[in-house]
Amino acid sequence: MNNSRIWSIVIFAAAVLIFGLSWIIIGSQAGHNLTDAFLVTVAAFLTLSILSFLYKDNPYYKFAEHLFVGVSAAYWMSVGFWSTFVGNLLPRISPSLCTYFGVPYKGFDIFFFIPLILGVFLLMRLSSKMGWLSRWSLAFIVGTTAGLNLIRYLRSDFISQVSNTFVPLVTDWRGIGPFFSDFSLSITGQFAMSLSNWVIFVGVFCGLIYFFFSKEHKGAFGYASRMGIWVLMITFGASFGYTVMGRVSLLVGRLTFLFHDWLGLVK
Amino acid sequence: MKFKIMILGCLLLALALPALAQDSVKTVEASAIPAISPPAPATNVTAMDSPNDNGHSLTLRWTLSADDGAGQKTVLGYKFLRSFFPDSGFVLREGMAPSGSSEYVDMGGRKPDDRDFMPNDTDYYYIVRAITADSNVYSDSPVIGPVKAVGQLYNVGRTLVLVFVLCFAAITIFFIRRARKGAKLFVRRLAGIEAVDEAIGRATEMGKPILYVLGLGTAADIATIASFTILGRVAKKVAEYQTGLIVPCYDAIVMTVAQETVRTAYLDAGRPDAYNDDMVYYVTSNQFAYVAAVNGTMLRQLPATNIYMGTFYAESLLLAETGALAGSVQISGTDQVAQIPFFVVACDYTLIGEELYAASAYLSREPILLGSLKAQDYGKAAIIVISILGIIASQFRWNWFLELFKAGN
Repeated sequence: MNNSRIWSIVIFAAAVLIFGLSWIIIGSQAGHNLTDAFLVTVAAFLTLSILSFLYKDNPYYKFAEHLFVGVSAAYWMSVGFWSTFVGNLLPRISPSLCTYFGVPYKGFDIFFFIPLILGVFLLMRLSSKMGWLSRWSLAFIVGTTAGLNLIRYLRSDFISQVSNTFVPLVTDWRGIGPFFSDFSLSITGQFAMSLSNWVIFVGVFCGLIYFFFSKEHKGAFGYASRMGIWVLMITFGASFGYTVMGRVSLLVGRLTFLFHDWLGLVK
Repeated sequence: MKFKIMILGCLLLALALPALAQDSVKTVEASAIPAISPPAPATNVTAMDSPNDNGHSLTLRWTLSADDGAGQKTVLGYKFLRSFFPDSGFVLREGMAPSGSSEYVDMGGRKPDDRDFMPNDTDYYYIVRAITADSNVYSDSPVIGPVKAVGQLYNVGRTLVLVFVLCFAAITIFFIRRARKGAKLFVRRLAGIEAVDEAIGRATEMGKPILYVLGLGTAADIATIASFTILGRVAKKVAEYQTGLIVPCYDAIVMTVAQETVRTAYLDAGRPDAYNDDMVYYVTSNQFAYVAAVNGTMLRQLPATNIYMGTFYAESLLLAETGALAGSVQISGTDQVAQIPFFVVACDYTLIGEELYAASAYLSREPILLGSLKAQDYGKAAIIVISILGIIASQFRWNWFLELFKAGN
């Protein structure tokens, strides 16, 4: 038996001992029962198994990963069946199947046969002869939703954002635009708001220049493009810091679980 | 010391006593609130179908009660009663309008099984009730109606969207036709995409596979659609070089489309026999379980190149950081602004936002994609022009121009 195998057995035995003891100790405490204690211990074990990835890939991480993937895949399949097939489709096409599954029948609607047929077409991929039918479903899904998204993006990402750039570059005492007028701004306020509006204007202008693909970025265009990438990078930097703080709070959440719920060291 | 504390205590007590006394006065006053007399009712009540919707909604307007903000100033707001009949069956609706407001949109459910379903083409009658602090004291307007909710085929408020869609479509068709006729449409160099060929070559030399991650988007997301085109190009090169390809998928439909894309690419490369359905596989639709699985794949199969193209969320850094740890060359691209910084710090090349869409045109050189890319550039030029006009309009307070874009929302 080589050294690494011995170490593996020792670590496994230590893990079984630690988590076994933890289960018994938590379960014997007032206000806990053995089932709760078991669930907390398993959650702690899985948390530490996932965190062990920080060291390197190992059997505990593999176990947690496969368990997580398996359980979640099965869960989503179950959710898809019960919420989409049983919850949405059957109540519109079949009273007898509704009775069988115990869901209320909502009246026959012939339009619900369209998703049913498209769904069956998708499953035709399993057949080598009829597999081409699945492309109809895919074409429908991609085409329809791309068309719907076009309108949505035009409204939210285009018109709405363009209208947000409508700011005066020289702000007077009334503030920015007619929607925020009568602010009674001081001279300093007017200067600060004018500066802010200039940043918006230059940022948007140069940012857009960077995303011009059908023109070489040379000369004045190149300078504006370089300015644009600076604006983008400063924005990304701010976004990075903001998001990292959010991730730290997630870590704090897991540590709180380990030290409060499992070990009871933090009250 | 004790003496000082006592003096301080006395001072605090002396300050607190008047406040306590005031409180007791207020209590006496509160108990002696005079009875409220009914306010004047809302007048000139009108009810009409809400415009620019698919029905199931009615708009009520009225002239404020004489006691709303004036007179007795007792009106707290307005509530609404609705019935199918003019003389009976009125039921109080859930919403209310605060004092000072003279319009209320009564929006009902759109589906028959919605809790508050409001069918179209049905007669409704309304009463507007001016309410006071005393729930028993109010005054009702005369019954108004009948009024019907009707759906409109055309939303006037979105005319601007229609104009932009038509203009954009016209420009796109124009450039697609030009590209098909053989006009050379220039696309500037995209470093991230030029690195793809290099990365595939590296993988071939090392004898290791390429990992292609399509992200968490659905097959209908624009970023995922762009990613399919890039996947097609990568798969074709992979087939030519006989390198391995791993495509773990988050969504079952995305997996189906990705399988079709890779299969077609292998066919185009003249190596349909080398295609295997297991190259593109479904993992799970749970975000972090998916990440755990892909991370495991990275460390166990040690791909030479990781390509992340599509829609990404919180998993972006987890994936890119693990890939960097595994020593893979990494190329990424997403339109999710919040995730781009993570890719920038952890990947060798990053396609920022719209570069991802341009990449598909850059790689394929297909007339349709090149034409639409050129049209997008014209769209951006239009944005700059409109922004400058908007800034001038805002500076000189040309409200009609600003309202035009407000209505477009």
